[in-house]
Amino acid sequence: MDLEEIRKIVELMEEQGLSLFHLEKEDFNLKLKKGTDVEAIREALGGLAIAPAAPVAVPGAPVAPAAEDGEAPVESGEVIESPMVGTLYRKPAPEADEFVKVGDRISEGQTLCIIEAMKVMNEIKAEVSGTISEICVEDASPVQYGDVLFRVT
Amino acid sequence: MFSKVLVANRGEIALRIIRACRELGVASVSVYSEADIDSLHVQLSDEAVCIGPGPSKDSYLKPDRIIAAAEVTQADAIHPGYGFLSENPRFAEICESCKIKFIGPSAELIRAMGDKNTARATATKYGVPVTPGTEGLMASEGDALAAARKIGFPVMIKATAGGGGKGMRPALKEEEFLDQYRAASNEAQAVFGNGDCYLEKLVLNPHHIEFQVVADSQGNVAHLGERDCSMQRRNQKIIEECPSPLLTPKMRKAMGEASVELVKNIGYENAGTIEYLVDEAAENFYFMEMNTRIQVEHPITEEVMGCELIKEQIRVAAGEPLSSHVCNAQPRGHSIECRINAEDPYNNFAPSPGNISLWYAPGGKGVRVDTHVYAGYTVPPYYDSMIAKLIVTGARRDVAIARMRRALSEFMIRGIKTTIPFQQVIVDHPDFIEGRYDIGWVERYLKARDGEARTE
Repeated sequence: MDLEEIRKIVELMEEQGLSLFHLEKEDFNLKLKKGTDVEAIREALGGLAIAPAAPVAVPGAPVAPAAEDGEAPVESGEVIESPMVGTLYRKPAPEADEFVKVGDRISEGQTLCIIEAMKVMNEIKAEVSGTISEICVEDASPVQYGDVLFRVT
Repeated sequence: MFSKVLVANRGEIALRIIRACRELGVASVSVYSEADIDSLHVQLSDEAVCIGPGPSKDSYLKPDRIIAAAEVTQADAIHPGYGFLSENPRFAEICESCKIKFIGPSAELIRAMGDKNTARATATKYGVPVTPGTEGLMASEGDALAAARKIGFPVMIKATAGGGGKGMRPALKEEEFLDQYRAASNEAQAVFGNGDCYLEKLVLNPHHIEFQVVADSQGNVAHLGERDCSMQRRNQKIIEECPSPLLTPKMRKAMGEASVELVKNIGYENAGTIEYLVDEAAENFYFMEMNTRIQVEHPITEEVMGCELIKEQIRVAAGEPLSSHVCNAQPRGHSIECRINAEDPYNNFAPSPGNISLWYAPGGKGVRVDTHVYAGYTVPPYYDSMIAKLIVTGARRDVAIARMRRALSEFMIRGIKTTIPFQQVIVDHPDFIEGRYDIGWVERYLKARDGEARTE
């Protein structure tokens, strides 16, 4: 089955208001499922809020960069995620140099950034060694638990 | 008035608080665990901050992450809801020191009323009856018997080091007292290494009746009547009603006045609930404890007294005086609430998390459903099992009961098990219809239904 045929099936599903199509043959298995209520509701409710109801807009959120690229995200290597909520600083002090830049080699235990919460500066240390391939946050931006901060290969 | 309130909770109460904020024109921030990303409260708040993975101890019970979330979103107040950190004095303290208004009483008051012993002493000090008991530990069997006679039988013998039901024995009559005292003391000695005991009056087949109070920062205090929460299973409320079918106007007046006196004397602020035990004959009431937060069952008070408790909490915290409709509230009609839990009532109420494939909530006059759940939602396994509150109101108790019967029968939930079939049985039962039930009713009913072979 080629992409054209699959596209036709999807169109047919739309036309007929079908939400599930499952075709099993000897040599392949095709299952097409339309979005669940969850997504529909999320979309509808997102429009209700005073301001966009998306999670705190953090540049590091995994979805945004992939969409921008327009190609399937190739996420190789490790990601370093935020273990806490706070404001992320890429420098130890305003006039100082950034802790790390793209292309830097890092070793386990090295300080990568500071996340400040409740007036306490927390040093975020690398749990892996490698090379910084991408920095997903800007200096002095808010981060939430789980936000992707760095990519390391 | 605050410009932004952070809701430090989840589920239906988070949604309730967010809705109140929207109506007041206040921006709202929700915090959520990774397991709650699809939750309705996250979708409806103006901003949302992820604070950790599913388990509560790693997310909703993390004061530092919640405060950090308030800082990055610049929220000026935090509403703690119920459960989680709502009665945690340390959390209230941190809010105070970070200049974020904790919507509730001061940390000091939370601490004072949170300790059961201190709360009892405080109640006694201000003339609120407490379950009679001994002041200290019993020095000898002789002393214990004399004290028991003074309190009056039946009494409960409690080991001071006891817990989990161990070291506790009831003595219904004087003849059995010494045997039971020795048994309690010996058990405590064996299990905890300390056989010292004290005594409390045993209230048989008691009713749990609680009074809603609200106070502002200017010394105004109001009580908003009672809620009867006697329909419980293992100390968890499953049906509540307002007003209580048991209370006489005389009792209501006495309990209301005692509640207001206590709240005034301790300098309480914001909403709170004082829980009492009322004896079988509805002649005596005893202070049990005070909850320094909003309660799950607050909607039945709202419906009968025509008030908005969450908004009142926010207003009072923002420094406004009590609303006139709260101060002048008059009861009208009767309201009943069923807590709909994701549990299997035919399998020892085992939790039933999972995906809800079909959800149709009842509607019509006098039906209110407070829920964060919708079709397609997956009930996570990490939190308490309550998925919705069904609140019905009618002109009289019999109208409310007929309405609850109708509403429960319309409620369609597929994909998980719920307590609805069990609540349907209760609402149809002559004991409930006649208002003749106490704290032990559910256990007695279940024992009769399942027989003695039922495993606990």
